[in-house]
Amino acid sequence: MLLAPAYGWLTLAVFLPLGAMLFFSFLKAAPFGPRPLQFTIDNYLAFARRPYLVGVAWTSVEIGLWTTGLCAILGLPAALALARATRGRSQQVLFLLIVLPFWTNGLVRIFSWTMVLREGGVLDYALHLVAPSAPTFSLLYSFPAIIIGLVHAYLPYMILTCYLSAAAIDDAYIEAARSLGARAPIIFAKVVLPLCLPGLISGSILIFVPVIGSFMEPRILGGRIGVTMGTIIEDQFVQAFNWPLGAALSFTMLGAVLLVFALARGFPRRLLSA
Amino acid sequence: MTSHISRRTFQALVAGAAGAGLLPLSAMRRAHAATEITVLNWKGYGTDEAFALKAFAEATGITVKHDYFNAEAEMLTKLRTNPGAYDVVLINSARTQQAQADGLIDPIDFSAASNAKDLSPTFKTHPNILVDGKPYGMPWLWGMTSLAVRQGKAEAADSWAVFSDPKFAGRLALFDDAVTQVGIGALLTGQDPNNPADLKSVTGALKAMKPNVKLMWSSEDEWNKAFAAGAFDISDYWSGAAARSIKIHKLPFDFVVPKEGAIGWLDTLAVPSSSTKKAAALQFINYMIDPKFYTTWTTQSGAPASTNAAAMSALPPDDLNHKIYKPEDLAKLKFMSALPDDRRQAFNDVWDEVKAFYAK
Repeated sequence: MLLAPAYGWLTLAVFLPLGAMLFFSFLKAAPFGPRPLQFTIDNYLAFARRPYLVGVAWTSVEIGLWTTGLCAILGLPAALALARATRGRSQQVLFLLIVLPFWTNGLVRIFSWTMVLREGGVLDYALHLVAPSAPTFSLLYSFPAIIIGLVHAYLPYMILTCYLSAAAIDDAYIEAARSLGARAPIIFAKVVLPLCLPGLISGSILIFVPVIGSFMEPRILGGRIGVTMGTIIEDQFVQAFNWPLGAALSFTMLGAVLLVFALARGFPRRLLSA
Repeated sequence: MTSHISRRTFQALVAGAAGAGLLPLSAMRRAHAATEITVLNWKGYGTDEAFALKAFAEATGITVKHDYFNAEAEMLTKLRTNPGAYDVVLINSARTQQAQADGLIDPIDFSAASNAKDLSPTFKTHPNILVDGKPYGMPWLWGMTSLAVRQGKAEAADSWAVFSDPKFAGRLALFDDAVTQVGIGALLTGQDPNNPADLKSVTGALKAMKPNVKLMWSSEDEWNKAFAAGAFDISDYWSGAAARSIKIHKLPFDFVVPKEGAIGWLDTLAVPSSSTKKAAALQFINYMIDPKFYTTWTTQSGAPASTNAAAMSALPPDDLNHKIYKPEDLAKLKFMSALPDDRRQAFNDVWDEVKAFYAK
C-alpha cells in the first residue's frame, strides 16, 4: 500500500509515454489527423530493409565504448581522490565543480566546445602561443571531437557512482593490505578496484545507454562523421514525421542493450568470487 | 466594476447563463464584427508589425488580432478545430492544395484587391495555389534555398556541380535536411525536385559530394559561426538568412542561383472558408502586398522577397534584397510543392543512407 504512490508515479512518468511509443512503433503512420490506424511490423524490419543502418549502429557502439571507457579511466581516479584525499569545504567545492556541467544547458556546452576545438579556436590559439610555427590545428568535425563532448557531458555520472563505492571502502581494508606488505599498485588492483566495481558498472550502464542514443554531440561536433543511431532516430521524428519508424528503431536499440545486459548478468559477481 | 464582483458570484452568473443557454456569445461577437479580424501566422512574420497594424487601423478602422502557430501541421489543426475563429491565415503554398481539399480555405478574387495587379505573373498563376483555375490564397512572400560561395574562393561558381568538384575538397557545408538535399540531387541530375523519378541517381549525385563535405548545418547561427571561422567555402543556404548574414554579420559571400535552378518556397495569405469577415480580411491581405508596407517592413527589420513586382522595385536601389532576389532568377526557381507521406519517407531514407555513407 505504501508503495502505491511510487508505482503510480512510475506508471505516469515512465510506462505511459513509453507505452504510447511502443504502440506507435507498430503503426504504419503517426496517428495524427483523420486517417484510420493501420498496424504493421514493417518498422522492426528496418535493419533488414536499410542495410546501411548496421554501419551506423556500429559507429554508435564504438562511440559508446570509447566514451564509457574514457569516463571510467578519468572518473575512477577522480572519485578516489574525492573520497579519500579531500575533506570538508574543499570536497564540497570539488563536488560543485564536477556537477557543474550537469547544470549547464547541453547545447551551450556543445557550442562552447566548438569554439575551443575549431581552427583558430582556443586550443589552436594556445598551441600557437607555445609553438608559433605549428600548422593550424582543428579537432572539430572529427571522431575525437564527438568523444570529447560526450565525455565532458557524462563524466559526472561515473564520478558520482564511483564516489559512492569509494567512500564506502573501510580504511581498515587498506591498512590490513599495507600491513601485509602490499604496495600501492597491488592495493589498488586487489582491494580498491574490486570494491569500486559496482560503482564502475552502474556508472558504465548509466553512460553507455544514453551515449549510443545521443544526437546533439555527434551532429554538432562530428560534422560529416556524426551520423549515429541517435541522429537517425531524430531524423525520423523531426524530418520525416515517421514517429513509428523512430520509435521502432529506439525499441530495437533498447532491446539489443537489454539483451547484452541480460547476457552479462552475474558478471560482476563471478569476477568477485574468482 | 467587475473587480467588485466576488469570484463566487461571477462563477454562479456564468454557470447560470451557460446552463440556461441565455448568453448569446456569438451574437455579442458579431456586434462589433466588422471592426476586428484575427490573423493566424508565424510569430513575428510581417502581419504583426506594430507600424502596420497602426497604419491599417487608421486607414480602414479595422483592428487586427493575432494567433500563432509553431508548425504548419498545427496551423491546419487550428483551422479545422476552430471554425470561424480566423479571418486570414498564412499558408505555405506547398500546403494550399491540402487545405483546399479539406475545404478550409476560399478562393481569392484578385480583382477585388487593388494591389494584386502588380503581382509577378510567376506567382499570380502559380500551380501550387491554383485549383480548377482559381487561386486559393494571395501570393505574399517568397524565398529560396540556393548557393552561397565565399568571395575570392569560388567566384565563378554557377552550378551545383561545385559540390562534387575536387577543387573544394573538405570545403563544403550542407543543410542537414532530406527534402533540400534530395532537391539539390534532383536538380543536379536534371529531375523534378518535388518528385524525382530516379532516386538512385539522386543518391549517387549526393554520395559523390563525400570528399568535399566538411560539416552539416541545421541552424542559421551554426552556419554563421562556422563560416566566420573559415570552416567551409561553399554551401546551400536560405535566402533570408543570407541577407541577415551579409547585413548583420558582414560575412563575405555571394548568393548565387545556379544554372540548374534553386529550390523556392512561396507563402500565401488565405481567407478561411469559415471566416465571417471576408471583406475585411481581403482588405488586410491587400494591405499586406502594398509596396508601402513591404518597403517599410524590409528596410526596418528585413523580410523575404515580395511577390509584388512593384514592391520590389520600390526598394531603394542599394537594398540588399535586389542582390539576392533577382527578377531574372525567378524563372530558374523550382518551387516546393506538397509532399505525400511516402515520398517524404523515401527522401528521408535517401538522405539517411547518404549521411551514413559520408560518415564511413
